[in-house]
Amino acid sequence: MDKWFQQMQAEFRLCFIDKDRWRLLLTGLGNTMVISLFAVLIGILIAVVVSLVRSRWDTTHERMRPGPGKAIFAFFDRLCRLYITVIRGTPTVIQLMIMYYVIFTSTKNGVLVAIVSFGINSGAYVAEIIRGGIMSIEKGQMEAGRSLGLNYHQTMWYIIAPQVLKAILPALANEFIVLLKETSISGYVAVMDLTYAGNRIRGATYSAFMPLIAVAIIYLVVVVGLTKLVGRLERRLRQSDGR
Amino acid sequence: MTEGKIDLQKRNSAIGEELIRVEHLKKHFGKLEVLKDVNQVIRRGQKVVLLGPSGSGKTTFLRCLNLLEQPTGGKIWFEGNEITAPDCDIDKVRARMCMVFQQFNLFPHLSIRKNITLAPVKLKLKSQAEADADAERLLGRVGLLEKIDAYPRQLSGGQQQRIAIVRALAMNPDVMLFDEPTSALDPEMVGEVLSVMVELAREGMTMVVVTHEIGFAREVADHVVFMDDGYIVEEGTPDEVLRDPKQARTQDFLRKVLK
Repeated sequence: MDKWFQQMQAEFRLCFIDKDRWRLLLTGLGNTMVISLFAVLIGILIAVVVSLVRSRWDTTHERMRPGPGKAIFAFFDRLCRLYITVIRGTPTVIQLMIMYYVIFTSTKNGVLVAIVSFGINSGAYVAEIIRGGIMSIEKGQMEAGRSLGLNYHQTMWYIIAPQVLKAILPALANEFIVLLKETSISGYVAVMDLTYAGNRIRGATYSAFMPLIAVAIIYLVVVVGLTKLVGRLERRLRQSDGR
Repeated sequence: MTEGKIDLQKRNSAIGEELIRVEHLKKHFGKLEVLKDVNQVIRRGQKVVLLGPSGSGKTTFLRCLNLLEQPTGGKIWFEGNEITAPDCDIDKVRARMCMVFQQFNLFPHLSIRKNITLAPVKLKLKSQAEADADAERLLGRVGLLEKIDAYPRQLSGGQQQRIAIVRALAMNPDVMLFDEPTSALDPEMVGEVLSVMVELAREGMTMVVVTHEIGFAREVADHVVFMDDGYIVEEGTPDEVLRDPKQARTQDFLRKVLK
């Protein structure tokens, strides 16, 4: 037992202390967080636009007067559907590699490419989550808002959106956790993310246990922290439930 | 002459003036023709009750008045402006013809205070302070002032519907549309909602009411409209339509409802 403990200590020193290898993990964690955070923001931005187009089309196209307005609207709806189909139908790692090796060939900034790629990827999933949320709100809510003289956007913003946010928060948190962990493929485009850093240490030290377990624990801690944060937000939004 | 007197004169002369005009209104959903040819004039201060069997088109007619349903034919005017015209700003019109729904449709994520004050404040008709004061006054009138900071889910159906009426009233509308306001209520709560509506009627509010409450129609309406199969079959004073209906379909309907 004592011997095992000493061996562990030696490995720990080798993997993290020697040559300041912990710095690799820190850089990796930093990149993982930066990629995840900005990808989430881009994803939400795309998702809000796409889900608004999709849900508004779904609820109103039958009642719209035919004409150029309707044709343009139909075109954007198709475009949004195509986007969702393509993104959901292809592996994320392929999307990332296409971004890096085919589309953004002139830049060597892998982090930026990863942000854009994961953002576009996440947007498709979040868009469907938001659309589901919008469709789950009773039609009477929109009618009540409109019947009081609020316009479509005011009703969306003050009445529908808060209810949608509350309804989709668990699914949204889930999506962000998935995204955070999915950034672990950033190494494919030579980005030093947390996983890549751990793997580099493994390669340099020929010790797999320490760096991989350490990486796993760091992911876990971040995810648990994120979950706590969402839980607090959920409790605040639940105020109106009267329970 | 004081300002109050001018207001009063204006108001008096306003009673009876034409508020809503409907000509040859048609509405179909796909192949289903719900309204075939409906004509109606509603004057300021009038209380119009729409009766008819389910599927007769009375709710669709009501929902066409504020364009919650887009008519497929015909024209509607509100205070002389054609609201079915493509360039009409329907939001402005809706702010003055508020609606009370069968399912109340209160906003569940907002307190009662916010439910009532949201629209007047966001539409810049009132400051938050003015809107709060109005909300308190109106809630006091329907006996629900102590619920001002509660949420809709904590209230009974009857209470929710009274608050929905207050929410509409807070807009100071020219006309109020009621879409079967008591149909989703437990029987013991119908009375509390109807009495609020009776009081409103006494104060001179212009009302268009779709209901199955014949008693309410008899007591409050000055014009009763009986619809069936997408047409107005018979209309007139409550006495004419309810006591002495001329049309077989009206007689048949009343027999069934009053049984």
